[in-house]
This record gives sequence, structure tokens and C-alpha cells, in this order.
Amino acid sequence: MKNILVARDLRKTYGENEAVKGVSFEIKAGEIFSLLGPNGAGKTTTISMLSGLIAPTAGDADIAGHSIVRDSLRVRERIGVVPQEIALYDDLTARENLTFWGQMYGLSGGRLKTRIAAVLEQIGLSDRANERIKTYSGGMKRRVNIGVGLLHEPQLLFMDEPTVGIDPQSRRAILDTVKALNTQGMAVLYTTHYMEEAAELSDRVGIIDHGKMIALGTQRELAQQIGGRETLSLHIGDDQNSQALAEVVRGLPGVDQASAMDHTVSVIVASAAEALAPVVGAASANGFRIRGVEVTEPDLESVFLHLTGRALRD
Amino acid sequence: MPKSLLIALKDLTLAFRDVGGLLLMLLAPFALTVGIGLVTGRFSGDSSTGLSQIPVVLVNNDDGDLGRVLVETFASADLADLLEPKTVTDEAAARAAIDADEAAAAVIVPAGFSTAIFEAVADAPSIELVLNPERPVSAGVVQSIVESLLSRIEVGRVSGQVAVEQLLQTGRITPDQAEAIGREFGEQQAGTAGSAITIRRVDVSGRAAEAFDVLTIIAPGFALMFLMFTVTNAGRTIIQERLNGTLPRLLAAPIGAGEVLGGKLLGIFLIGVAQVAILILANGALFGVDWGEPVAVIALVLASAAGAAGWGALLAALAQSPAQISGLGSALMLIFGILGGSLGNQIALPDMLLPVAWLTPNYWGIQGFAALGTGASLAEIAPDLGALLAMAAALFGVAIVAFRRRGLV
Repeated sequence: MKNILVARDLRKTYGENEAVKGVSFEIKAGEIFSLLGPNGAGKTTTISMLSGLIAPTAGDADIAGHSIVRDSLRVRERIGVVPQEIALYDDLTARENLTFWGQMYGLSGGRLKTRIAAVLEQIGLSDRANERIKTYSGGMKRRVNIGVGLLHEPQLLFMDEPTVGIDPQSRRAILDTVKALNTQGMAVLYTTHYMEEAAELSDRVGIIDHGKMIALGTQRELAQQIGGRETLSLHIGDDQNSQALAEVVRGLPGVDQASAMDHTVSVIVASAAEALAPVVGAASANGFRIRGVEVTEPDLESVFLHLTGRALRD
Repeated sequence: MPKSLLIALKDLTLAFRDVGGLLLMLLAPFALTVGIGLVTGRFSGDSSTGLSQIPVVLVNNDDGDLGRVLVETFASADLADLLEPKTVTDEAAARAAIDADEAAAAVIVPAGFSTAIFEAVADAPSIELVLNPERPVSAGVVQSIVESLLSRIEVGRVSGQVAVEQLLQTGRITPDQAEAIGREFGEQQAGTAGSAITIRRVDVSGRAAEAFDVLTIIAPGFALMFLMFTVTNAGRTIIQERLNGTLPRLLAAPIGAGEVLGGKLLGIFLIGVAQVAILILANGALFGVDWGEPVAVIALVLASAAGAAGWGALLAALAQSPAQISGLGSALMLIFGILGGSLGNQIALPDMLLPVAWLTPNYWGIQGFAALGTGASLAEIAPDLGALLAMAAALFGVAIVAFRRRGLV
């Protein structure tokens, strides 16, 4: 399948700080590609360079055959951008917002009206289109925020953590919208630090950390990177220190990585059957009370833990 | 429609949906205008002239033509409704009249004034203007008349000098003849200067001489003062949009950064135009203020908004946060209001601060509206328009450079 985006060694430096350290990847037409990484990994900087908002310090990318460095305007005509924050005018109605942003993307007349009606239908706000944005709930604002990015029917849609800070129902609606857009043939670059979202949506995933792409592929390909390893999830009581338990089990034979988050310690092991007894035993010997244990197949969280020694949300 | 215009119209719409902003944009200057109008007696009685019969004391110690012309000007028929001049010989009596609040101003022409002016003496004595701080508006009117007269005389004197010098350089006259011609020219100017400062008529159909209406100073004064608030508030939206994420979103759309900045700056200007235009129209409709020649009024509204918008843009380009712009904007509104004459005539200001007033759009705007209110034409307010447009060009230019340097747009 033809590539809609080809990024080559993209770099961005702010003074001494290198926020993005040579990121390369491709997105195929009609594909959902997720950039997965913790906060501060360089996801937003990467998407900002690709959308023409900031110039790369080095490297380049072609989007729909146009260079983001040399032909930024053409690139911006072909992409839609859904920023992380709600970038709308509170004192305009949803329809007025869509009209204004549609005009900024060169739409006018009958085509603009048709697209606004279609987008309002798509985001489920046709009946409240004439109310000001400031009267909307957070989830409804998010939906309009996405709608703006769809108005001109872009070939590639950038969505930068679109589900941050919203309720589960709105999150579900947004994920369903992304899937629906994909079935219509739109390629999506989706950044998130939620492993479950990347797992549910993506054809392929790029894992980014400290400005570097540390893994790239389908979920199956990524899982294979950690061999036949499994994950033990140890749940402990609220009064216990999960970081201390991670330290205890990290040095045990057969344990690859261990990371703590809230009251759970994730342990990557070569064999759950062989490691379970020593791990639980060491925990008990050090005064930790294990309230439950889960054994799971490798997932994106395990891959990130395996590659970095940290949980995604550390 | 150009995208920059669409951005500007969006900002205009948003400005008029901000209820708090509208109170300061329109209600506050209007209420202050009405309040001051009541204080000055503009709305009392059946007269629509507002100011009339301003008491002025004249002391003419000059035995030449200029002193005579000044006294004749104040006593002219065209100014009869506006002024009530009284000539005395004693300077102390004139000052006493001011102290006793019996006159709005005293004009004292020093001895030898005409001779000093015609012979271009280095340390020529100055006309002394004693203004009554209790009657700032009336005193301002007297000051304007004196300044206008002196300005005419100065123009004539300099023109005469240049002409005489040219005649001398080309050998058409001798040095002896030059002195006589120069004196004669100056005296002619003095003789005609009086007619040049009469109150003008708004039409030539024989209507009575246009009386000076205090609202032609007060209303634009407050409108221009609050215009500074409006334009700084509009400038604030550039920083606010950056923080809200709408500016980055605009810059990610297929539109040039210059178009975005142009749209934002145009928005500041349009909001300013709308505010001043509404206030001018409202004062005209509700209180019957005759603003003067419509084309000139429109030009002055546009130029005033442009000058003020330049300040708004500069502030937005230099400030670090919306809160900083709001604070600086409020300070600028008051400082410009005081210096520029929105809060009354600048008679209380030290002389050294008066040139600073030239940096304010208030000063030029109020001058222009006051002149239009007494019948001045578009050509006659050209200096005011020119100053405002030059101010706008310079400030917008600096603001654009600052925006670019800071990478804001």
C-alpha cells in the first residue's frame, strides 16, 4: 500500500534540549498509526513538526508527496489536525466554529454547508449546533474539536491525545469515531500514552521515549520483540510500597524487568510458571502481602517495560 | 473573502459577544460623556450650544498690530456667541478675575510683542495665557483660539522670511529693501490673521455661525480613552489565542503566518473603528451633536482607531501574558487619557509633558473632532489625520517585527 507519510530522521532541539532525536517512520494510506509513549516523550513535538506548526531542526518528512520543510502549505491542505487542547472559540456556536475553521481550510458556499452538516452528524451534535461552545460539556467540546479536523476531508488526520481528561463515555465515542473514519479510508496518526487505546485502534504502533523511536511495528511484531516472555502483575495492599517491591523482585533469577504503578507491580519473566513461586516468596520474605496475581500475554505495556524498564505512566 | 478579513471579522464578532468588554467599550464612555455633559450644563436649558459666553479677560500691552488683531479677534462677531471678552489694562486685575472665577482665561499680550515678532528678535516676549483650572473646557477653548491665531501669524512670518530671502539671493532686491518688504509683509499677515481664525460655518446656506458644542470634545475624548482599553483588550487576544491553542491551530491550517497576523491586527483595528463609530453615532443621534463634514468624520474615526490599534498591537507584541497586557492597557488608557486631553484640557500638565501628548491618539483625535465640530474641513484636519496614520504605521511596523522576533506568529 502507498505511503501517505514518510518521516526521515526528524529532529527538534530547543537550546540544549533535544526533544526529538531523529525519528523515522512511515504511515500507509488508510492506516491507523499510533505513537505511544509517556508524557514528555516527544509525541506532540513530532506531530507539531509534521503539521507544519514548528520547523524541524533537521530531517524532513513527505506527506502526500509534499515535503513539510519545502512545501508546508501544500502539506497543510492535505492534513487535518486535532490538537490535544480544545482549540475552539467559546463564544461562537459549534456551527460558527465549524464555519470559521472550514473557511480557513478554503471551504465556502454550498460545499462548506454540506460538510458542516455532515460533520455535525458524524460527531452527533446536529441538534445542538447553534449553541455556544461554552455551554457544552468537556466531551462535547472534544467532539467539535475533532469535527474541525474533518471538515476538509483530509487524507491524513493527526490526533494528539484526543481523549485526555474526558469521561469514559466520551472516550468511547471518540475511539468509535476514529475507527469509523478509518473505514472511510482516512489515515490517522494517533498519539497517546494509553496503551489500551493504541492496542484497540492501531494497525501499527511506534513506541517513542525520550525523543527516540524505540520500537515500531504491528502489535504482534512488537510482542515478539520480548520473545516468549510473560507478565506477572502483583497486586498489593494500599498501605504497601510498590516501588520497594519492584526493587525486591528485580534481581531475582528469571525476572527480566519490574516496574511499579499505583498498587501493582508488573514483572516481565521468561516463564510465569517458573518465576511465580520465587517472586511471591521473595515478596512475603520482605514483608509484602500479595492480594492477587495475574499472568498475562505480552502487550504494549510489557513491550515498553521490557525496552525501558519503566511503566508507560511512570 | 480573504482569510485575514475572516479572522478579523471573527474577532469583531467575539468582541461584541463579550458582555463585560462591551460595558467598558460602549457603556462607560457613554455614561461619562453624559455625566460630564450634565456637569458642564450641556443638557440644561433649551440651548444646544453647550458652551457659550465664555468670559475672557484681555490685557493688551502691545502697541503694534498683533495685539490689536488679537483683541479684535476675540471681539469679532463670529465669536460673539461663544466668548464674552473684557479688556482691562491691569495685569493684576486680570489675574484677580481668574482667582475669583470670574473668567475662564486671561490673555496678556506683552509690550513690544509685534515689533519683536516682525523683526524676529531672538528672545521675543511670549503671550501669557492664564487659564482657570475650575473651567478646564472653557479655558481650553480660549487656549485653542490663541494658539490658532499665533500659529497663523508664525506661518505667515516664516513664509515671508523665506520669500524675502529668495528675492535677496536672486538679486531682485537689495538688503535695504529686504527689511522694508519684510516688515510690510508681516504687517499684512497680522492684518489678515484675524479673519483666518473666525468660527467656521458648516454650510454656506446662510445658517448662523456654528457654535462650539462641548460634546464635540467630551464625547470623542472619552471614546478615545476607552478605545485604548478596547484595542489593548483586542491585542490581548493574540496572546490568549496562543495559550488557548486556537492560534497554533490557525497556523496549522493552509494559511500564511503573515495572513494570520494581518487578520489579528485588522481585527484590533475593526473593533476600534466599531467602538468609536457607535459612540459618535449615538452621541449624534441622542444629543444632536453635529460632528461636522461626514467624510472628514469618517476619516478621523478610521485614523483614530488606526493610531490606537497600533498601540494595542505593540503592547500585544511586547507583553508576556494576557494579564500583563490588561494591566498595561489600563495604565495606558489612563495615562493617554490624561496626557491626550480625554480627561480635560492639558492645562494642568507641566510644559515639558505636553510634547508627550503628541504620542497619544487621544490628542490628535480630540483636536480633529473639536475642529470638525466648529466646521473644519477634511483638508484642515489633515495634520491630525497624518499624525494618527503615521503613528499607526510606525507602531504596527514595530509590533510586526516584535511578533516575528518572538516567534509568536
